[in-house]
Amino acid sequence: MVVVVIGIIRAHNLFAVVMLGGIYSFLLATVMVILDAVDVAMTEAAVGAGMSTVLLLAVLHLTRAREAPLRHAPAIPLLVCLLTGGALVYGTLDLPPFGKADNPQNQHVAPYYLENAEAETKSPNVVTAVLASYRGYDTLGEVAVIFTAGIGVLILLSRRRRREMIVEDEGGSKHDA
Amino acid sequence: MTVFLADLNYWVTIFLMIGGLYIIAAHGNMIKKLVGLSIFQTSVYLLFLSPGKVLGGTAPIIAPGFEVYSNPLPHVLILTAIVVGVATIALGLALVVRIHEAYGTIEDDEVQEMEAD
Amino acid sequence: MMRDTVILRVVVKLLLPAILIFALYVQFHGEYGPGGGFQAGVAAAAAIILYGMIFGIDEAQKVVPRRIVNTMIPLGVLIFAGTGVASMFLGENYLNYSPFASKPVNGQHVGILVVEAGVFITVASTMLAIFYVFGGRADEADQRADEAGKKGGEG
Repeated sequence: MVVVVIGIIRAHNLFAVVMLGGIYSFLLATVMVILDAVDVAMTEAAVGAGMSTVLLLAVLHLTRAREAPLRHAPAIPLLVCLLTGGALVYGTLDLPPFGKADNPQNQHVAPYYLENAEAETKSPNVVTAVLASYRGYDTLGEVAVIFTAGIGVLILLSRRRRREMIVEDEGGSKHDA
Repeated sequence: MTVFLADLNYWVTIFLMIGGLYIIAAHGNMIKKLVGLSIFQTSVYLLFLSPGKVLGGTAPIIAPGFEVYSNPLPHVLILTAIVVGVATIALGLALVVRIHEAYGTIEDDEVQEMEAD
Repeated sequence: MMRDTVILRVVVKLLLPAILIFALYVQFHGEYGPGGGFQAGVAAAAAIILYGMIFGIDEAQKVVPRRIVNTMIPLGVLIFAGTGVASMFLGENYLNYSPFASKPVNGQHVGILVVEAGVFITVASTMLAIFYVFGGRADEADQRADEAGKKGGEG
């Protein structure tokens, strides 16, 4: 994954960037299976490698497939990134060890879900039970966000008739001037 | 060695996050910025998922014969986050398409120059 | 797009029912194995998108018209939110599914199914709607480029 990300940073052909993004998503899905998150891996493979690749390709078709070379040396962003990275690595020293069941984040509500989800909802897949039942508000909010994003895309892209007329008017007035 | 392996997950996460941040900050092309944004997002997925893993555990689907399960809570949060992520990326791409129609370019600097003119 | 490739057409026609059935399986088997409304919605949308990519967006819009898609986006959210309102009318907290059946456990089960259906509808139709507008834009851009080429030739 690290190699693929370096490739994405260096590639100037946006088509290559999109394809590398697809590969990256599949690798990420594999890592998620290793981390026991099968539901998430399934979603990532379908969404990351499927949907977003298709969308990016459609946009590439609408725009340009080459990136302009950088105009100035990326010294300041690089410096900021390195500083942030250093701070984050320093932060990992205090994180609890990987994979222990008695870590604090595994002690809060998760044991309750694991013990009671099947008895209370008849659903062996705890992820689904928590998603739809225990954390129904969260999921409702997420669905609302998706709804809003969809409406936003529709508003931005589907009002073509009126906008084309406006563009024609502007073009005419510019010629007059 | 075990210390190194234990922290490797976090370090990969951090590298991905920094890579995404670098793409967003240093590159002017808006599509590439969006790809960087999605890489940044995926690093957050890893950040949530890797502490939830319990060594020797299995996926949180209750079945006879298994005692140890990984933490289901981050899975739920990230599951919704992925779909929301693609919806927001689509919204960003829609904006890029409109910018391309209005300015004829998808480079940050060129749009700003046109605005200045 | 790739409208002339025989191999792609045949393979896609063979794959389509499999993908759709897999999406429905993921949807309704989500409580027992990995899966749920989000994954199923994306998978179902991916099936239609595949069809649209190979056979053209107009063909896909004959199968799933744009009007239906645009109606389904708010419908899913309404199903989800309406479930909560229904449970309030039945005397419980918002989004508590226990009163939907005689036993609370069964009620939870029904509630999860209904809510997942709402998620499925919203996710699938949003993805499809996004694909339709982007793809429609691409087709239009092609046509405009053709017309511009003709105009340039005449001028």
